[in-house]
Amino acid sequence: MESVGATVKLDLAQTTVREVNHFLQHELGKEPAGAVEILNPAGAHNIAVGLDAPVEVHIRGHAGYYVAGMNKRATVTIHGNAGKGVAENIMSGVVRVKGDASDGIGASGQGGLLVVEGNAASRCGISMKGCDIVVGGNVGHVSGFMAQAGHLVVCGDAGAGLGDSLYEAVIYVRGRTHGLGADAREEPLTDTDRVTLAELLSAAGFDYDPEAFTRIGSARTLYHWNTEHREAYG
Amino acid sequence: MVKTGAHEESFSFNRDVVAYINSAAERGVYDIRGMGAKRSLPTFDDLVFLTASMSRYPLEGYREKCETKTVLGTRSAKKPIKLDTPITIAGMSFGALSAHAKESIGRAATANGTSTTTGDGGMTVEERASSKTLVYQCLPSRYGFNPDDLRKADAIEVVIGQGAKPGGGGMLLGQKVSARVADMRTLPEGIDQRSACRHPDWTGPDDLAIKLHELRELTDWQVPIYVKIGASRVFNDVKLAVKSGADVVVLDGMQGGTAATQQVFIEHAGIPTLPALRQAVEALDEMDMIGTVQLVISGGIRTGSDVAKALAMGADAVALGQGVLIALGCNSACYTDTQGNEVDVTSDYEKLGTAPGYCHHCQSGQCPVGITTQDDELQRRLVVEEGARRLGNYLSVLTLELATLARACGKSKVHNLEREDLVALTVEAAAMAKRPLAGTDWIPGT
Repeated sequence: MESVGATVKLDLAQTTVREVNHFLQHELGKEPAGAVEILNPAGAHNIAVGLDAPVEVHIRGHAGYYVAGMNKRATVTIHGNAGKGVAENIMSGVVRVKGDASDGIGASGQGGLLVVEGNAASRCGISMKGCDIVVGGNVGHVSGFMAQAGHLVVCGDAGAGLGDSLYEAVIYVRGRTHGLGADAREEPLTDTDRVTLAELLSAAGFDYDPEAFTRIGSARTLYHWNTEHREAYG
Repeated sequence: MVKTGAHEESFSFNRDVVAYINSAAERGVYDIRGMGAKRSLPTFDDLVFLTASMSRYPLEGYREKCETKTVLGTRSAKKPIKLDTPITIAGMSFGALSAHAKESIGRAATANGTSTTTGDGGMTVEERASSKTLVYQCLPSRYGFNPDDLRKADAIEVVIGQGAKPGGGGMLLGQKVSARVADMRTLPEGIDQRSACRHPDWTGPDDLAIKLHELRELTDWQVPIYVKIGASRVFNDVKLAVKSGADVVVLDGMQGGTAATQQVFIEHAGIPTLPALRQAVEALDEMDMIGTVQLVISGGIRTGSDVAKALAMGADAVALGQGVLIALGCNSACYTDTQGNEVDVTSDYEKLGTAPGYCHHCQSGQCPVGITTQDDELQRRLVVEEGARRLGNYLSVLTLELATLARACGKSKVHNLEREDLVALTVEAAAMAKRPLAGTDWIPGT
């Protein structure tokens, strides 16, 4: 560990993910901290999981699975690509991926903001429970699957099966959607949507007109088991 | 000679089948119900112990101690689970069960020195407070799953499947999704709550290994991680769970219960607990992991003899679900009110189209004895203290019966029971358990 001014530098070429996480979870919150730089992640998994402090963490390079998993209060930036499940179950705080992200990102996230400046793979925002996700590029198939609450903003295109089995989460897509999933439908933008979109785009750092987005919501036809919808149930 | 009389019932299309077809034709939906498989299956009843005689010395039943202490999760956790008995409580959700039921279970488990387990929907305050040792489930739905409760847990159980529906997701019908349940699960009140069958952020055993690593990082490598699987392709599934890093494998056989699942799933998927247990032990043995990774077996465990036979077959502990509910009063004609009076509720069973002893309508939310309901009035029928007393007694009896059989086999520790202590009463059980048919050396298939 190297401390330069108010910035702490942790080099994963010199230490382990276990030691890094232990420091972030147990040592960092003890005194007011500046930024933490994590160097040479080299695709390691489970970096910066379980943080619960208002700290700023920069991961300088590509990270593997579950980076910033279950994040609370911290602001974590991955200066590269991120693997599966980045910010899974995020509770609060902000997680930003400067590059692209793999599948299942923000899965079951309950709060906070996840920003992917590039593209995200399939099942983006699966089972999300109140977090907000903004993707600058495209998202893969079955994104927003069973999403319960929160907002998924897609500035590019969305893959097939978007919003399948959607509950109360709302999806906004600026580009083309390659097919909606069961029970998902296009709905008109409301004034509330415009405000929400403007706030999320601003927070994510994208300068797009909210009017350019299409709203996808739940038709709520699967809320009660009904034989007329058996094809949707499979 | 084949009889073709006017009143000869068809074997293939008997009255039960006719009723099923008529129901399907009339309503266009399949049946969803609670509890477990009702069909006749090979069970631990099909095995008996070869207790001590001339070639083995028994222990004195009322004087010589038989150790029941059990430790789970020794592989990599800093704080393994230490229990006074190998009889634990299986995962059952708040939502499926009432808050009174969950609290009764927690109190009884604590009083008996054993663990209880959350379920789909997360951890309630009452449950944590009443349970000295609480296992926190991580399920595909992740309803109510959060890092704060994760760190309050004494162990984590990643649920891949359950015996009543291996390969299936879940459904909590809208009538049980009360305001509190809905709030815990971030869903609108009163809608059918579906649970996915696959986890949202991993696919396959290679991913699972990384996921388990994440959970360990989140909990500072303090607590054990269990992996629960429904019994189907047991041998390979157990090996993959161990390869993924599980400290404990929980194996739920076909007789395992559910709060609400399709009838066709309950009766026609998975394999019985008896052969599943044997296959799991063989898998651990082949990996040289016996004693390193502990095995918990569940699915139709009812009696102290079931527990003893499971341990003799190679389980380190058992988990009880339906037996727990019955001890709380499930399927009783009466409940006991706060004044100690027995109140007959047979008419409430009739409203559900059933009778005490036959009920499996957990999915309805109208449990006549207040166990599987979210209705305030019904829930009050289960008095927490009374439920805890009855369940505590049941757990105690099972432990005593277990020790009784172990002593009779000459064991000073229940975990010293061994396969050699068992023989089978039926050809099927002999083949499934790979124990000889009683009075012979014959093990079918070997």
